[in-house]
Amino acid sequence: MTAPVLSVSDLVVSAGPKFDIVRGVSFDIAPGEILGLVGESGCGKSMTSLAAMGLLPSGIRVSGGSIQLNGTDIIRLAPHQRVQRGCGRMAMVFQEPMTSLNPVLRIGEQIQEAVRVHDRAASPPARARELLDMVRIPDATHQLRAYPHELSGGMRQRVMIAIALACRPAVLIADEPTTALDVTVQRQVLGLIRELCDSLDMGVLFITHDLGVVAQLADRVAVMYAGGLVETGDVVPLFAAPRHPYTAGLMACLPDPNSDDPMLATIPGSAPRPNEIKQGCPFAPRCSRVDDICRRGAVPITFNDSGQAARCHFPLTCEAPE
Amino acid sequence: MTAHLISLTRQFAMRPLTTLGAAFLVLVVLSAVFAPLIAPFPPDAIDPVNRLLPPGGAHLMGTDHFGRDTFSRVVYGARLALLIGVGVVSFSLASGVPIGVLSALYPRLGRVLMRMVDVLMSFPSLLLALGLIVILGQGVFNAILAIGLIYLTTTARIVYGVALRLRAEPYVEAARSMGAGTWWVVTRHILPNMISPLMVQASFVFAFAQLGAAALDFLGLGAPPDVPSWGNMLAESRIYITRASWLLLWPGMMIVLTAFSLNLVGDWLRDRMDPRFRDVVRK
Amino acid sequence: MFRYVIRRTGAAILTLVAASIVIFGFIHMIPGDPVYVMLGDGATPEQVAALRTRLGLDEPLVLQYLIWAGNALQGDLGQSVFFETPVTQVIADGAETSILLATMTMVWIVGFGIPVGVLAAIRQGRWIDQGLSGLAMLLASVPTFWVGLYLILIFAAGLGWFPSSGFPSIFDEGGLSNLRYLILPSIALAAPNAALILRLTRASMLDVAREDYVRTARAKGIKPYRVVTRHILRNALLAVVSAFGFTFAALISEAVVTETVFALPGVGRTVVQSILRRDYPVIQGVILVIVCLYLVINLLVDLSYRMLDPRVELE
Ligand SMILES: Nc1ncnc2c1ncn2[C@@H]1O[C@H](COP(=O)(O)OP(=O)(O)O)[C@@H](O)[C@H]1O
Ligand SMILES: [Mg+2]
Repeated sequence: MTAPVLSVSDLVVSAGPKFDIVRGVSFDIAPGEILGLVGESGCGKSMTSLAAMGLLPSGIRVSGGSIQLNGTDIIRLAPHQRVQRGCGRMAMVFQEPMTSLNPVLRIGEQIQEAVRVHDRAASPPARARELLDMVRIPDATHQLRAYPHELSGGMRQRVMIAIALACRPAVLIADEPTTALDVTVQRQVLGLIRELCDSLDMGVLFITHDLGVVAQLADRVAVMYAGGLVETGDVVPLFAAPRHPYTAGLMACLPDPNSDDPMLATIPGSAPRPNEIKQGCPFAPRCSRVDDICRRGAVPITFNDSGQAARCHFPLTCEAPE
Repeated sequence: MTAHLISLTRQFAMRPLTTLGAAFLVLVVLSAVFAPLIAPFPPDAIDPVNRLLPPGGAHLMGTDHFGRDTFSRVVYGARLALLIGVGVVSFSLASGVPIGVLSALYPRLGRVLMRMVDVLMSFPSLLLALGLIVILGQGVFNAILAIGLIYLTTTARIVYGVALRLRAEPYVEAARSMGAGTWWVVTRHILPNMISPLMVQASFVFAFAQLGAAALDFLGLGAPPDVPSWGNMLAESRIYITRASWLLLWPGMMIVLTAFSLNLVGDWLRDRMDPRFRDVVRK
Repeated sequence: MFRYVIRRTGAAILTLVAASIVIFGFIHMIPGDPVYVMLGDGATPEQVAALRTRLGLDEPLVLQYLIWAGNALQGDLGQSVFFETPVTQVIADGAETSILLATMTMVWIVGFGIPVGVLAAIRQGRWIDQGLSGLAMLLASVPTFWVGLYLILIFAAGLGWFPSSGFPSIFDEGGLSNLRYLILPSIALAAPNAALILRLTRASMLDVAREDYVRTARAKGIKPYRVVTRHILRNALLAVVSAFGFTFAALISEAVVTETVFALPGVGRTVVQSILRRDYPVIQGVILVIVCLYLVINLLVDLSYRMLDPRVELE
């Protein structure tokens, strides 16, 4: 196995004393690999990715763990500090294509700005045109002169990807990049990300709340619940046999193409808010397999033969307790 | 009730400056009400021997060019400040609210009324007030009308904006579609929701009325010269400033602190206000 | 864009017509016979009749308005009763002072209000921000004439750095150095308005700093200084520009008072003196010119705002 390009371990993000939004998250991403990070909205996916980028909003800070990019620790460094210290490169595409581009600057200027920071050697206009070609935006010369409001949502998200690629990132973080797009456009953007990941040998952290998207796109999956990871594993075995009851519950919520039953299952109850989490497994109040031990102390991680990890006392391949 | 008081106290503690401002306003009201008890001299008692005395002795804030006691005049000046403030706020609300509400309820009428408001707003505010003074003549009451006219326009605009937004609220639409009468909609849904934006507006209008009235007094077009208003005191002190700079200090400080306190209170009210209307109520 | 310009200009002209009716009607709303009021008690019947005819007060109202408006369009605003010269001449005499005063004031407002507002925003919550924001609110609560009187007391009477009143033309002896007469007045006039622009700049900087595209800019690895100048400031200034029409109106109002404090021979003081002299043609003429100017400035502000913001270009 190749060395990971991004390695996050025991990351803790807090919004105040005793108010942890992300509680000890660890994962690795290898070059050319897409890691899908899934979980309900509000579970801390965006905060994890913003912490990795060094872009946490004011009032929220990293209070533990480490983040290594190509072996160097980059935790608590803002992007411009990373540039100054010549650390490895990381870029991010955000969820809201409508508001993530500066409305008063032309697309070309916004791309060239990123080129100038990261690619001293390149000629910014030429490189910008090249980047638009890479993200399959036709008629690049014309589009470079456009303002964001003149483009569709899908186009803007491609521009965001172009800006991200401008810094030749080793890791690309995409935080729900397709949630705001309609289905056909969504498929094109997903295809583009897969293609760029393979051709540029980038590691990709792909964040979504949609298990279906993960199944299509990711190589490996990490499932997040209430600020912590509950299960990680390769995409195929994980979808074939989820081990954590929460993962299984999420999958039961997916519409089943082979079934006529129009009713979708739901997981009873709702996820705890960051300040409501008590001792033990945070999923315990909603879990059908819960036992006394689940409500006490830390829950250990268990692995099965295919390396699928789950933070559960009673993973699904074992017998349920009486 | 106690819980309410406690939370109010805590809010004040978090904004010490606003608390001081509110305390100062209470002081102004008290000195207006009890002026005859507080003031050591009648405000118009002339004493030619003791002209332009510096602060100290029997005259806490000194005396003016007629030998009148500045402290007593400052205390009595609170009466006029209050009168102007209450008058301008009442006039602007009593005229601006109906105009705004009617315009929101009846769009055709609204177009005409709001157009007229726009026309009035195309006059710089002090010129509008001066024009009215020319027509009405000088005097306290006319100054109130003239300044009130300025804030009629802004109040009507704000009320119109808030009322339009409320009218589009689903529950108001539902009430209307179920046949609720206009009067009922106005009294049950629109006016009660209007109270907090109007309180914010009232405190800012009260503050700016002080500055407007002081400017009119200074130009000699406000309260008659014998009235002890802070603005008049400043106007009279003008030629003596090098000899008796204290005459400039006290009434000026009263105007500044009153307006500043009202602005602080207005800001505090605005921060507590329903965020839906915050962009409508802007200075 | 072109259609917008036409529509917006049309609306401004309509407002101007309505305002001119108000200004015209104003002389007829004065209780009593304005001619007697203007001439005072000692006027002979012949003088009264002559002035009535000169002001056209014997014609029907509509005709009077049309004549007055027609003359105004041709640059004739009537005669001053007091000076017995054309009103346009009276306005022209005050124009140099008022224009220079307004320009100098604008320099202070833009030169201090915007940079200090930016400073307060980037130091949000720190003591410097709290101090500046408090100071701005205090300044917005201070009467301009009071500031003016204190400036005279300290810098003119006390230290003798600047003259305390009057303004000789820059075309007379002294030339441009005569501008020193306008330094104290323009500072007094700028104080409350600069405070307003400061607060507005700070607030809109903070609003923009929360936008997603600012996060995108940071993600690119641009230095914080560049993020502020290129992404935050540029967008924040759009809101500030749109407030300049209002600032101009406030400036005119307060110039009336400031010119009186410093005894400047400007248009504002002319208004006050004409009110005291009951010189109605001058009052009407000056107000008409000012409203006209205000509408033009508002129009320009509005159009430039739309030019600066590419989002509205398509409408
Ligand atoms: N400024 C903040 N202060 C406190 N808590 C916050 C703040 N912003 C977000 N949160 C909390 O952080 C949690 C994680 O948010 P986020 O990472 O955006 O979730 P996701 O991206 O998975 O939907 C949420 O429960 C949210 O309530
Ligand atoms: Mg999110």
